[in-house]
Amino acid sequence: MSNGYLLEVDRLITSFETEQGLLRAVDQVSFKIPAGKTVGIVGESGCGKSVTAMSIVRLLPQPSGKVLGGEIHFKGEDLLHCSDKRMREVRGGEIGVIFQEPMAALNPVHRIGRQVAEVFRIHKKMSKKDAWDAATEMLDLLRIPAPEKRMMDYPHHLSGGMRQRVVIAIALACRPDLVIADEPTTALDVTVQAQILDLLGSLQSEMGMSVMLITHDLGVIAETCDEVVVMYAGRVVESAPVNELFENPLHAYTKALLRSIPTLETPPKSVLPTIPGTVAGLAEYTHGCRFCQRLGRKSPVTRERPKFKEVQPGHWLEICKECSEL
Amino acid sequence: MSDSAILRAENLRVHFPVKSGLFLRQTGAVKAVDDISLELGVGETLGLVGESGCGKSTLGKALVRLLNPTSGKITFEGRDITHLRQGQLRPLRRDFQMIFQDPAESLDSRMNVRTIVEEPFRIHKMGNRVERRKWVDELLDTVGLSKASAERYSFEFSGGQRQRIGIARALALKPKWLVCDEPVSALDVSVQSQILNLLVDLQKEFDLSYLFIAHDLSVVKHVSDRVAVMYLGKIVELADSEEIYHNPKHAYTKALLSAVPIADPKVKREKILLEGDVPSPIDPPDGSAFGHRIGHPRYEESIGMDLSLREIAPGHWVAADPCCLEQDDWKKVSG
Repeated sequence: MSNGYLLEVDRLITSFETEQGLLRAVDQVSFKIPAGKTVGIVGESGCGKSVTAMSIVRLLPQPSGKVLGGEIHFKGEDLLHCSDKRMREVRGGEIGVIFQEPMAALNPVHRIGRQVAEVFRIHKKMSKKDAWDAATEMLDLLRIPAPEKRMMDYPHHLSGGMRQRVVIAIALACRPDLVIADEPTTALDVTVQAQILDLLGSLQSEMGMSVMLITHDLGVIAETCDEVVVMYAGRVVESAPVNELFENPLHAYTKALLRSIPTLETPPKSVLPTIPGTVAGLAEYTHGCRFCQRLGRKSPVTRERPKFKEVQPGHWLEICKECSEL
Repeated sequence: MSDSAILRAENLRVHFPVKSGLFLRQTGAVKAVDDISLELGVGETLGLVGESGCGKSTLGKALVRLLNPTSGKITFEGRDITHLRQGQLRPLRRDFQMIFQDPAESLDSRMNVRTIVEEPFRIHKMGNRVERRKWVDELLDTVGLSKASAERYSFEFSGGQRQRIGIARALALKPKWLVCDEPVSALDVSVQSQILNLLVDLQKEFDLSYLFIAHDLSVVKHVSDRVAVMYLGKIVELADSEEIYHNPKHAYTKALLSAVPIADPKVKREKILLEGDVPSPIDPPDGSAFGHRIGHPRYEESIGMDLSLREIAPGHWVAADPCCLEQDDWKKVSG
């Protein structure tokens, strides 16, 4: 582990082979996750949040997805160039992954018990019996009532919230150092979301792990994260500690995003600030500032790729004359 | 109740039979909507919130008669529409429309946008081709889509634009009231605010009434005049939106509100965490359903009690439930 960072992603480039050629879904993304902290990745759909996460654990759709450049270091180890065998040990062992759609993440034809026990069998080389006991214990840790009974259930027997707990149990089974949670509560009700986030938070402090939380919900970010990375169209436009980002956003996109959500305080039926235009398609991405592209600005400055710099300690910003305020 | 109501539901029930065994005998019922009364004023938005499975979508569908109510009465502009047959309903269908959650699934991908938006006119045999063409262009303009988009297919559009197509179709016949069933929950925040602004603008322009169903409480608060909170097939609290958010009375409303994440890291609140999930609406517990979920000590007492809505303050209705109200409030409604 170098200088307290568990995961360091440096200028990551991930592309997809498509009919229109090689398209960059993630274009030089850099961020760091300190040990024991929660880092939120926020952005609209299609901004590359999930692709970034899947690049880290080598779960990109094959054969079209490829990491073309950059570096990923996990506990000092180069994850981009390790063997597939080593990656299989890391994934599920040292890095746990929680997917958005718990029904899709679980196998519908196997019992819950088998799916949770499998992790112990593979990563800890436990016997069938030990793995089963460890899995039951894990469900109990996730506050699933009557874990012995639930072990015998199939995924469709469980409610959405219970299924997501099972997925979390699988991700946390080997007590990983890092958990990547890709929209873990998006498919759930607010009340269940509150339960799951609370549970995740208490398990995190118990196990001392880091969490990379991918979400589009700024409310969830504000309540759970220590640091925030804002992504737009395949790039990081701003990253900062959570209080700093909410109090002192410097990029026009971050500001617009923060303004556009209705809160319980906004006057009813008032006009909400919106962001004009829509996100450009992957094939139309400009080399210059992509938020300028969305707003239809065409000045020559915006044709150059904006620099990504640390403007204040811990506060990184994509510097564009039009979009960033310094 | 005033005469300004465009729609009124009285003691509405929608039960689905549960059949099991060899001869598929009815063994129970899913009480999706259980004894609900409400009214919707002209130009008003009534928000409907609750967890998934609480029956909010069923209520919406029953009110536009896409589902047949088991009992109760629905009146639209003073006319009883509860038992009208499909043929009799058709002329009325112009007046109430629905906007669905998932614009990708509610638009036929083999029809171009013009055909989709034009369809209501064709079904109701309105206008000739030239007129219909003009109307579609106008509708697309109203919802903020370009004329050129009429010749394209729905899958060529982004989620927000697709929702605009769905809204254009719903507005085609100049309805008086609309059920908006989770219209923005599939959208990104920046697009969500565009659609919410559009719905608010359209309401002002055409004097529309909305039944706005959503699980996002901040969205519901933003668009609604009044908000109804549903739990397990019943309305447990109903009040002006400002009132319900600042002065909630029912324990379930309080729990729902406290669960909404607030986009401000400095706000630290004590959350009311509910145990477990929404219980099944198949044969729900007798007495206070929410009291049963939280294991309230007075639950036994609530069995057999009349838990219907009472007016605790002008316009603020809450279920008279000993398990879910503060002592003072309980005295007010029971005394």
